[in-house]
Amino acid sequence: MGSAGTGSIDAGSPNAGSPNAGSVDADSTNAGRERLARYSLTGPENQAAVNAGLAGGAWFRSAVPRKRMKELMKRSDYPAVRDTAIWLGLILLFGALGTTFWLVWHSWWAVPFFLAYGVLYGSTSDSRWHESGHGTAFKTRWIDEGLYQLASFMIMRDPTTWRWSHTRHHTDTLVVGRDPEIAVMRPARLAKLLVNYFGLVDVPTAFWLMFRHASGRLTADEADYVPESERHRVYRTARVHLAIYAVTIGLAIGFGTWLPVVLIGGPAFYGRYMLQVYGFTQHAGMGENVLDHRLNTRTVKMCVVNRFLYWNMNYHVEHHMFPMVPYYRLPELHEEIKHDCAPVYPSLWAAYKEIIPAVLRQLRDQEYYVRRELLPGAAPFNEPTPLNDGRALPLPAETAA
Amino acid sequence: MPQWIAACAADDIDPEDVIPFEHDGSDYAIYRSPDDVYYATDGHCTHEKTLLCDGLVMGGVIECPKHNGRFDYTSGKALGAPVLVDVRTYPAKVIDGTVYIEVG
Repeated sequence: MGSAGTGSIDAGSPNAGSPNAGSVDADSTNAGRERLARYSLTGPENQAAVNAGLAGGAWFRSAVPRKRMKELMKRSDYPAVRDTAIWLGLILLFGALGTTFWLVWHSWWAVPFFLAYGVLYGSTSDSRWHESGHGTAFKTRWIDEGLYQLASFMIMRDPTTWRWSHTRHHTDTLVVGRDPEIAVMRPARLAKLLVNYFGLVDVPTAFWLMFRHASGRLTADEADYVPESERHRVYRTARVHLAIYAVTIGLAIGFGTWLPVVLIGGPAFYGRYMLQVYGFTQHAGMGENVLDHRLNTRTVKMCVVNRFLYWNMNYHVEHHMFPMVPYYRLPELHEEIKHDCAPVYPSLWAAYKEIIPAVLRQLRDQEYYVRRELLPGAAPFNEPTPLNDGRALPLPAETAA
Repeated sequence: MPQWIAACAADDIDPEDVIPFEHDGSDYAIYRSPDDVYYATDGHCTHEKTLLCDGLVMGGVIECPKHNGRFDYTSGKALGAPVLVDVRTYPAKVIDGTVYIEVG
């Protein structure tokens, strides 16, 4: 934990720092497997979290005067229309330049343009998906919904299941057995995380889900959070998305060129890495089973380019505490509540200097987590019981289902 | 037995805003529309019981502060995921600068 203002809690795990390394490794591997099973939404941890009061809990929120909060929540079409026009314009520009160099000059100069196109398509669609999914990006609802549908297709997420998944993520952020969007578990599935920088897990999974949904079925986890009345949308959308990919592949085969796949679908592989780079800063290595976003979420300072690409999702503590504030007002919200928070991470580099060692340590010590120090005068952490201190200790037996 | 009860002064609510009101152990949300008409609903979102009074009023719509679910507060109609169940509404009227709602 090298960054200033960052602390940690030593969980006192019997595995941590033990001299008996051989048996400890075997023990920690088994413990790791057992702990990973706790993340299942269909396992006993789900009901145990409900019984323990962790599910749908009362989260800490900084006190912001109602008048100021109304100003911050206020919606406007202008910022998101401007930013979306720039974003789509850049995608079209880089796609057109790449295509031209490919088709007309058969030149390797197509590559950098496709790389830029790929990142805009395959990574930054995540933040557009996120903001429009909350319904906060635009004042006009149909524009918001249009961007949500487009970005969902680009990022290969079903718009309905992921809307409900993300709703649960906000209700039960990093609550084990409840949150379906915990990207970095304890222990982290490192190989999966690393190959997924190029979509090698997410994309095949997305297609498996599309076929499953198109045949009128959900997974058991999805059935836990998608209401019955919403499921027909899932099946219909999967058929539409599959039809688009079928046409794309058909064009590639028919014309004997990879170009259609490079432009549609392919960026989810070759342009996905920045999604991972940005996304891991949100929660990786931080507390689980807490009811305070200052214990499980990061806010990281980013340059203006990254903030445009990420649509200010780097203000993630602020977003989780007040999800109705649109992305273009998050910097102002940060100023309102920063006195209550831990110091902001000054850069992506500073965040990763903390994340990488923490995730590696969690491979052998799953009770370890990054614990930030609040600024003097900040409201204390919301930790009504030891269950809420971030270690995500096994829930009491009497609360298990 | 339905009864009209005094909830607040009309001026307690800004135009296009909402305030909470508690009566007999129940929470209500009292709205003032942009054209100065008053409405009342249950105090909690039908999705996960978050208090609507912390949400955002936009025209005739209240947005829940937790998951951004929206209701037409004039009719109680849920306007889409994640709110799928309408919120209960209550008649409201203003007499001599006081907002009354009919409960029970």
